[in-house]
Amino acid sequence: MNDLRHHFRTPLMRSPFHPRVEAANVLNAWAPWAGVTTALNFGDVAMEHSSIRNSASLYDISPMIKYAIEGPGAAAYLDRLTLRRASALPVGAVQYTSWCNDAGHVLDDGTLFRLGEDRFRLCCQERHLPWLQDSAIGFDVSIRDETEAIAGLSLQGPTSFSVLSAAGGADLASLKPFRLAEMHLGPAGPVMVSRTGFTGDLGYEIWTTPDRALDLWDHLMAAGTPHRLRPVGTEALNIARIEAGFIIANMDFICAEQVLRPDRARQPDEIGLGWMVDLDKGAFNGRNAIRAAREGGMLHWALVGLDIEGNVPAEGAELYLDGKKAVGQVTAAVWSPTTKRNLALAQIRRPWHRDAGDRLRAEIYALRELQYHKLMLRARIARRPFFNPPRRRATPPGMF
Amino acid sequence: MPTPSFDAIIIGGGVNGLACAGRLAQAGQKVLVLDAADTPGGGALTAEFAPGYRVDGLAHLVTHLDARMLAALKPEGHGLEWAVGSMATTALSSDGGHLTLNGAYGENVQGLDEDEAQRWAALRGRLLRHTEILRPLREITPPLPGKGGGKGNLLALGRAGLNLRRLGREDMQEFLRMILINVHDVVQEDLTDDRLRGLLAFDATLGTFLGPRSPNSLFLLWHRLSGDAGRIRWPRGGMGALASALAEAVRAAGAELRCAARVDRVLSDGDRATGVRLESGEEIAARCVISTANPRTTFLDLLGARQVETGLVRRLNNIRMRGTAAKLHLALKGAPDFRGADLRHRLVIAPSSDTVENAFNHIKYGEFSPAPVMEITCPTAHDSGFAPDGHHVLSIVAQYAPYSLRGGWEAGRDALQAAILKQLEAHAPGIGELVTAVELLTPADIAARHGLVGGSWHQGDLAVEQMLFMRPAVGIARYATPMPGLWLAGAGSHPGGGISGTAGWNAANEILGAA
Ligand SMILES: Cc1cc2nc3c(=O)[nH]c(=O)nc-3n(C[C@H](O)[C@H](O)[C@H](O)COP(=O)(O)OP(=O)(O)OC[C@H]3O[C@@H](n4cnc5c(N)ncnc54)[C@H](O)[C@@H]3O)c2cc1C
Repeated sequence: MNDLRHHFRTPLMRSPFHPRVEAANVLNAWAPWAGVTTALNFGDVAMEHSSIRNSASLYDISPMIKYAIEGPGAAAYLDRLTLRRASALPVGAVQYTSWCNDAGHVLDDGTLFRLGEDRFRLCCQERHLPWLQDSAIGFDVSIRDETEAIAGLSLQGPTSFSVLSAAGGADLASLKPFRLAEMHLGPAGPVMVSRTGFTGDLGYEIWTTPDRALDLWDHLMAAGTPHRLRPVGTEALNIARIEAGFIIANMDFICAEQVLRPDRARQPDEIGLGWMVDLDKGAFNGRNAIRAAREGGMLHWALVGLDIEGNVPAEGAELYLDGKKAVGQVTAAVWSPTTKRNLALAQIRRPWHRDAGDRLRAEIYALRELQYHKLMLRARIARRPFFNPPRRRATPPGMF
Repeated sequence: MPTPSFDAIIIGGGVNGLACAGRLAQAGQKVLVLDAADTPGGGALTAEFAPGYRVDGLAHLVTHLDARMLAALKPEGHGLEWAVGSMATTALSSDGGHLTLNGAYGENVQGLDEDEAQRWAALRGRLLRHTEILRPLREITPPLPGKGGGKGNLLALGRAGLNLRRLGREDMQEFLRMILINVHDVVQEDLTDDRLRGLLAFDATLGTFLGPRSPNSLFLLWHRLSGDAGRIRWPRGGMGALASALAEAVRAAGAELRCAARVDRVLSDGDRATGVRLESGEEIAARCVISTANPRTTFLDLLGARQVETGLVRRLNNIRMRGTAAKLHLALKGAPDFRGADLRHRLVIAPSSDTVENAFNHIKYGEFSPAPVMEITCPTAHDSGFAPDGHHVLSIVAQYAPYSLRGGWEAGRDALQAAILKQLEAHAPGIGELVTAVELLTPADIAARHGLVGGSWHQGDLAVEQMLFMRPAVGIARYATPMPGLWLAGAGSHPGGGISGTAGWNAANEILGAA
């Protein structure tokens, strides 16, 4: 099966955790993610989501694209590549970031780990090696795709600190959000732990090598069972990330490199990432265009959170002003079990991201026994994150 | 940075740098021209290559000199004289049956039978009419598709359109058919004489990475004719004399020129270009910096890739710059005899279109042509001061030779020299005996000596897809760049290279907002 000519027999790769994921995937609910087969759920989405918010959850993040960015020029390189000042990131810290093309259109967002003075890891949704390498011309830096060399598990939920402590994680109590540490987890061996995640809750991401992946899974599951740890799939995670107000490339915005229709590309200001843009740090990709768009009033869109009346999720809904004028689309929506609100993320034309008042309606087609019911539901712009518990930041975390 | 004492610093004192400087200085700007070489002129230089023998070191004929520049700077008042105001071309034949084109690109031709002379007159007329459509475009900032540009530009576009309309229906159809066609097909269709076919094939592909059968090679013949309508001139004292007369005219206009001053950095405060740093470490501030150096070099080396956004870095790296021409300088102890050809003519060895194509084939595989085609001038036939009495020098542009030779130039240069000399011997028997000194410049030597990246004649191949708003690359085709205060003005920009000054003049117009 290692014969590359047989790729058509296995169009999707398997995660290093696949044997365990497969065993737990009782409904055979699979979906591809970055060329890897991944679990949509493990039989009970509601319970899985509940474990994210009420106990602890384990989610396989191995398919995430990962780049090793190393060399004396790495920090300067990342300053010019990304929107934020990467050089200001301390060793052992993590930064949520994003990067643009010359037109200031967002190519992707991701997390940047500073593993050493000259060593970074960039994690993201899409593949960008040619762009990253072309951006490296003139810098003393090397860039390598290390996606398959690293396996990762996301351990999220109020009892995640307890689980990881039980698994042997030392010095964990002092680990602040967006920091990372090396530790030894019993039979799972040495791992890197970062206090990061995609749920907006207390949680950690644990990084190891593929050969030790199963040991890590087994060890965490054993340590976590008393704390109600359970594996979760992408569907439960998606509910949590909407509650946390997080966006996903090619779901809530289209990566500029994949855009077919020129008006679909978005500047950071148009997808709620304007806060990242550091115009004072010197040259970086997109700087001229971002500044010109700001100064010239050429920003057309905004990304907002919505609170919609009722309990019918507004997936894919069109947004109307005064019931008539189309001003945007919902990009993600869910009835949130945690907040008991009907939530959505949406792209909306400016200036209605500010001035819509009570005038927005979401046009929802609800399928009811083979017939669509058209609903025009009141939608109000709401602050993100929709759910932001203090335990997410508490250091040391609570022993739930 | 101190307060700038110059309005503009121009990197490079080649003809484009001088043209730009002259235009800006005449408009009242305070201008400093910096050139790495010891004398201004860039590719227009005359230098000693062996004791007592001088020759045009790179370019050796004038075909594209900008008329606006000549009218405004009047280099004639500073010593420019034309030793030859209209040079004839002789297409050499190894059996002595030469063909001579007189006047502007063969107004009349000796050596053709009557039918062929008529066919040539028809083709020449058509070529020149079609060239008139393109000529107005030379003198403007390339318009962006869908946008007009300044008033002067609209006028020029209008002129081009008018010339197109004037053609009449059939001629217009023919023009459109010609745009992407190759020169080989045209000469096969319209002519029968191989010498004439070979000459046109040679002229269309001179200085390009194209063979006569390459698509749109005819377009480049138009480009060549769009300079001076096919007229070839040579200045008394050689190309170096042209350069010094222009430099004097530019000084007289008020610009300052400094030679032996290599710029190694374009300085910026992150938001705009603020000046330059010389190799010596000296920093000079200016309100704007204008580079006539290669566009890729300008951004990636002088400004620094870090200051350039990735999309532009990509486009810069994708500009094709592939030199194909070598230069050979010969010192001769007597007059060579090209079977009776007049040494005052431009002599071309390109016996047929197929010969040119065959010569081209090799370069695709990193080899030089074993039977190169070439263009020869003999300064000593016009002027004294190039060689001791009774002695001669030849300046030869030979194609095709690659920038990187498979196996390396160290090992290959003697063989290239032998190949060129063998070709010469076939046309001028006994010439080998006369040779007392030789200088060979491979495209790699030319790149190292003159900063022509890849040895490319035009600082970026001239080809339809690297013209107008795509020259040197999308986003930097209108002389302005994404770095405010940094401008391009060299051969890499529209309308391309040659001893012309047009790009420099256009850039100055754009800078002055006069376009
Ligand atoms: C083999 C060969 C034969 C040719 N023959 C002819 C011909 O017969 N007729 C013709 O019209 N054209 C000819 N050309 C083309 C012609 O030489 C060039 O297109 C022309 O010289 C371009 O003019 P320019 O002013 O843009 O640049 P250049 O003439 O190259 O001048 C650029 C100047 O910038 C200077 N410079 C570069 N970088 C720096 C720096 N960092 N700091 C300071 N100074 C710098 C250089 O020293 C140079 O003087 C020939 C080219 C080749 C390769």
